[in-house]
Amino acid sequence: MGLENALGDSLMLSKLEDAINWCRKNSLFPMPMGISCCAIEMMAFAGPRFDSSRFGSEVFRFSPRQADVMIVAGTTTYKMARVVRKIYDQMPDPKWVIAMGACTSSGGMYRTYSVVQGIDQFLPVDLYVAGCPPRPDNLLHALITLQQKIQRRESKGSTTALIGEFPRHEPKPPIVT
Amino acid sequence: MNALILEKLNKQFGSSVLESSEFRGELTLIVPVDKIVDVCRFLKEDSDLRFDILADLFGLDMYTPAKRFGVVYNLYSLKTHYRVRLKTFVEENHPHVQTVTGVWSTANWHERETFDMFGIIFDGHPDLRRIYMPDEYEHYPLRKDFPLMGIPGSLYLPKK
Amino acid sequence: METATHDIPRKSKILQALEDQNTSVTFVDPLENDLILNMGPQHPATHGVLRLLVRLDGETVTGCVPEVGYLHRGYEKLAESSTYHEFIPHTDRLDYLSPLANNVAYVLAVEKLLGIETPPRAQYLRTMISELARISSHLMMMGSIGMDVGALTVWMWTFREREKLYDIFENLVGARFTTSYTRIGGLAHDMTPEAEQMIRKFIDEFPANLEESEKLINTNRIFIERTDGVGVISREEAIDLGVTGPCLRACGVNQDLRRTNPYLVYEKLDFNVVVYDGGDSLARYYVRLQEMKESQKIVRQLLDGMPKGDIHAFKPKKVLPRKERVYTKMEELIHDFMLVNFGIDPPVGEIYHAVEGSKGELGFYFYSNGSGNPWRMKIRSPSFVNIQALPAMLRNAMISDVVAIIGSLDPVMGEADK
Repeated sequence: MGLENALGDSLMLSKLEDAINWCRKNSLFPMPMGISCCAIEMMAFAGPRFDSSRFGSEVFRFSPRQADVMIVAGTTTYKMARVVRKIYDQMPDPKWVIAMGACTSSGGMYRTYSVVQGIDQFLPVDLYVAGCPPRPDNLLHALITLQQKIQRRESKGSTTALIGEFPRHEPKPPIVT
Repeated sequence: MNALILEKLNKQFGSSVLESSEFRGELTLIVPVDKIVDVCRFLKEDSDLRFDILADLFGLDMYTPAKRFGVVYNLYSLKTHYRVRLKTFVEENHPHVQTVTGVWSTANWHERETFDMFGIIFDGHPDLRRIYMPDEYEHYPLRKDFPLMGIPGSLYLPKK
Repeated sequence: METATHDIPRKSKILQALEDQNTSVTFVDPLENDLILNMGPQHPATHGVLRLLVRLDGETVTGCVPEVGYLHRGYEKLAESSTYHEFIPHTDRLDYLSPLANNVAYVLAVEKLLGIETPPRAQYLRTMISELARISSHLMMMGSIGMDVGALTVWMWTFREREKLYDIFENLVGARFTTSYTRIGGLAHDMTPEAEQMIRKFIDEFPANLEESEKLINTNRIFIERTDGVGVISREEAIDLGVTGPCLRACGVNQDLRRTNPYLVYEKLDFNVVVYDGGDSLARYYVRLQEMKESQKIVRQLLDGMPKGDIHAFKPKKVLPRKERVYTKMEELIHDFMLVNFGIDPPVGEIYHAVEGSKGELGFYFYSNGSGNPWRMKIRSPSFVNIQALPAMLRNAMISDVVAIIGSLDPVMGEADK
């Protein structure tokens, strides 16, 4: 209304937060934590038929320092859990986690001594994908839902949240001698 | 072929092959614990039998008061394409078996897995440590008195 | 040397094992000591969660300790609490690149225990799906060795072929990937004419498509120089270490369970066992490539000779009856109830049955005490034993060859860790 009508199509007004979210959602580089069978469907998701790079996930970055979203695909055992947590801690903010498959959501078909019953016991999860293994279209739907979540500001993606919200530091009182 | 194996073993070792049974065409021999390495070496090196591949080595928990744990060896011969199975039994309070890594080197990881899952100790093994569970785990999962869901708190989980 | 992880307070035994192999402890010149490199469980090249601790002298590998167990899901303990039928979906997830072959292997072992024989059509269909699963697994291997060496296009093209196979499986079975197609005494359901059409079309187009991907790397100088003479293992060492499957056939040993101990209908089929000499990565690659062509021949023979008939054995107290009879007849209802709740009635005894899976000898051992759950079930997984041969292959290799060697060995961690 108003200003935009007067100035025509070459101007777009938005909140800075929305603009940054639009940038973030359209360039989510996944880090595949491919552990077992779901990893094969994740590879198919990156493959030529169900192409994930047309939705912005251009490359699968295997280094955690260069990735935005971690897709945990496969059964997480207790031995592997400390590795997954270490890699999650190495990712820079903002970061999101997709729990792919039944095994990561709740332990899946393995109610045994060595399988963690759901990775949300040690990781904050943004999205759960059902299936054993989920079809690649299912994972594409998950990626699009995550993008919508980011745009609607429902997913903070980090401990320091979105732009503008920095933790408040109270200045320390000087030492009076 | 089964008869040939039995005849050769009886000739070599006397009657120390305790028991032999046949089920669905497969021969199973039960050997006492102290003779197991000699029997394995004989079966590998004999010119007619030549069981040169150890297909599998694993433990078995019979859950009986005497002779609780068994170790099973599945052998295969490249020359005669034949299979045979050896079993030994050990007591619960002294689960020690001589290692067969001197006969077949593939027994290395198999014996580590048996140690990890059952707690059977192989004397003379070059590197006996856990293979599937983390090193500091204290229980033996495949024993019959270990619950399927595990013992809560026995494995380390990072904090959220 | 202390480990850097703060949550393991004491020195890891695995580092101890690596250092104890011929160490010399005096460090006069700090650049003279060896580096221990951790190719951790999360790594793009390690084909799953395999951890390799490699000891380097400059760029040459002097020692290597593989660590497995990051995917140990407790299959054998799980089998002791499920009935024989309930375990069939779990077998899909063992070698997850060729799930139909694992289904067939498990069901053959149980049928050997029970002593039942399936009708000819079921046997032909089982052989056909085993060979299709073998093609799928070897296509993946071709793609990953290309990707490990640097040729990413091969991976994309072989994945396109695998997607066609997944479409066939979806039409035949209902699921792309984790199929659970076989049942004790037969198969879940029959093959429709539409599925047969799709398989014929795939098999007719397959040689041309394979040649297209093959031409990219077969005579490529970079690929050959990166795999020729790399990761050599001698014939005696391979037999001693228990290596089976394509890795053994690449060392010159003519051993294939489909020929030496035939099962299903392999005796009636005409195919060659592919054996190469040399024991290096290039030989392992060529063995798998040729095996794909042999499998294609086998599938064509099976399609042409497929008999008509029933796909379930008729053994009422052991084999699950057909659903339409369960809903209409009394005896089948009772049998279905008893079989699902209390399990099949196996005799007391133990058996071991092995088939030639796509990675090697996949065997199942059962000790049954007469009840519906097995007392002990052991899976002889080929990848577990093949990974044990890795230190022998990595002797005196360079650090950049490690990735090519693991790619040519083609381990699958779901199988190795059970």
